[in-house]
Amino acid sequence: MMDWSILIEKSILVVILFLISLAVAAYSTYAERKIAAFLQDRIGPDRAGPWGLLQPIADGTKMFMKEEIIPNASDKLLFILGPCIFMTTALMTSALIPWGKSMNIGGHEISLQVANLNIGILYIFAIVSIGVYGIMIGGWASNNKFALLGAIRASSQMISYELAMGMAIIAILLTSNSLDIRTIVDQQVGFKWNIFYQPLGFLIFIICAFAECNRTPFDLPETETELVGGYHTEYSSMKLGLYLFAEYTNMFISSAVISCLYFGGYHFPGIDSLHLSQNVAALVSVAVLFSKVFFFILFFMWVRWTLPRFRYDQLMRLGWQILLPLAIVNVLITGAWLTYFK
Amino acid sequence: MQSLTNRSVVVRKKEMSFMEKLYLPAILGGMVITIKHLFKKKVTNKYPEVKRIFAPVYRGVHVLKLDEQGRENCTACGLCAVACPAEAITMIAAERKSGEENLYREEKYAATYEINMLRCIFCGLCEEACPKDAIYLTDRLIESKYQRKSFIYGKDLLVEKVDERIDVSKRKRNYKMA
Repeated sequence: MMDWSILIEKSILVVILFLISLAVAAYSTYAERKIAAFLQDRIGPDRAGPWGLLQPIADGTKMFMKEEIIPNASDKLLFILGPCIFMTTALMTSALIPWGKSMNIGGHEISLQVANLNIGILYIFAIVSIGVYGIMIGGWASNNKFALLGAIRASSQMISYELAMGMAIIAILLTSNSLDIRTIVDQQVGFKWNIFYQPLGFLIFIICAFAECNRTPFDLPETETELVGGYHTEYSSMKLGLYLFAEYTNMFISSAVISCLYFGGYHFPGIDSLHLSQNVAALVSVAVLFSKVFFFILFFMWVRWTLPRFRYDQLMRLGWQILLPLAIVNVLITGAWLTYFK
Repeated sequence: MQSLTNRSVVVRKKEMSFMEKLYLPAILGGMVITIKHLFKKKVTNKYPEVKRIFAPVYRGVHVLKLDEQGRENCTACGLCAVACPAEAITMIAAERKSGEENLYREEKYAATYEINMLRCIFCGLCEEACPKDAIYLTDRLIESKYQRKSFIYGKDLLVEKVDERIDVSKRKRNYKMA
């Protein structure tokens, strides 16, 4: 009987998470266009619904209605598989994020986290790495030189920056002694946020997160000026939609990971002194986490409409010659500090 | 070499300092600049609802004017067609019959009068050439159409309606000043 209730509880959580991820991704496209417009002294989309709020729905409808083109010379199976892998992996990572404190409904403890693995961060990294295959396969299967160039750029960029990202995480793992994200979050209760202990690590991590999400200034896989559309040049209709959508989902998830690892996740200073009942406290903690996540999504966009993109050799030099040594130094400093001062 | 003005600056490719090589201060400065624009006044006009006021010298679609009694001013003299550098204007003249005095001001009138809006360069020379106060450029825009032939405007589109007069006083004022 107990097993069934857990299955139902987790299924409901999964469905809610799925819907939230998709909704956030959809409205990220709207927010991106609005922010781009505001930062350029324009208004942005304002025709569909009040303030253009129905724009994502209109865009989605457009994507579905478009003609589906699969190039003749492409590998049909891989061509379809590419966006599927990219979207699936983008959605899978949200399962490990602790979205809030646990709730209590009818004496039944409900953890607002789909799965609590003790290797949480490793799982997220593994899944994000698989996401590269979505881009790689799609670019290769298109049988188009621009798509292939975009895919090569994407894969080499993501692999390069994953190293520095992993190194930045190791410093966090050293201080927290755990790979479990909920443990890491709970250690930052109050105002003991990791950013204050790991400022360099945070800087490296967020730069790498930009590169992992293919966001400006690292959006070389889809440089319109050089590569037409990059790895999704040959894609049309909802398959293109899936690629674009998954990128925004990735941005959402990486914002959540940044919030959890460096900004105390669902904790907020003074949240315990309010003496809220357990369920209300849980909902407040979810709201706190989401406000942090939305801040980082906006930050991603803010940076996008400020910086121009790197040249490819600059990107590689930054990744291998600057970020990776810096991350290693950060690990060494953290290790030395833990050894001699703790 | 002696410089002609004191405004020239010698460009030199100096080594960047450590702070400049970090790029982060420059990036933060850029982000401050962009966030300032978030609060600036937006320059967008919401077009169909709010229309921008054109300058008095704006030259848009032509109008063939009627006089106070609603008679056509144009006498089909052809001076506008001669003046037109793009050869966009054609017309066929006809003689006014008795009983048509309320339609045409003088004995001769344009039976057809066509301007090819795809040829027209909106220079306004037709309006300068016209001795009869008949043709003026207005602040109206050409509508988008699917076929090329629909851009050849005949008298049905060019002649103003008796009950919907088109104000060209701004254009007239320009000429007086010139």
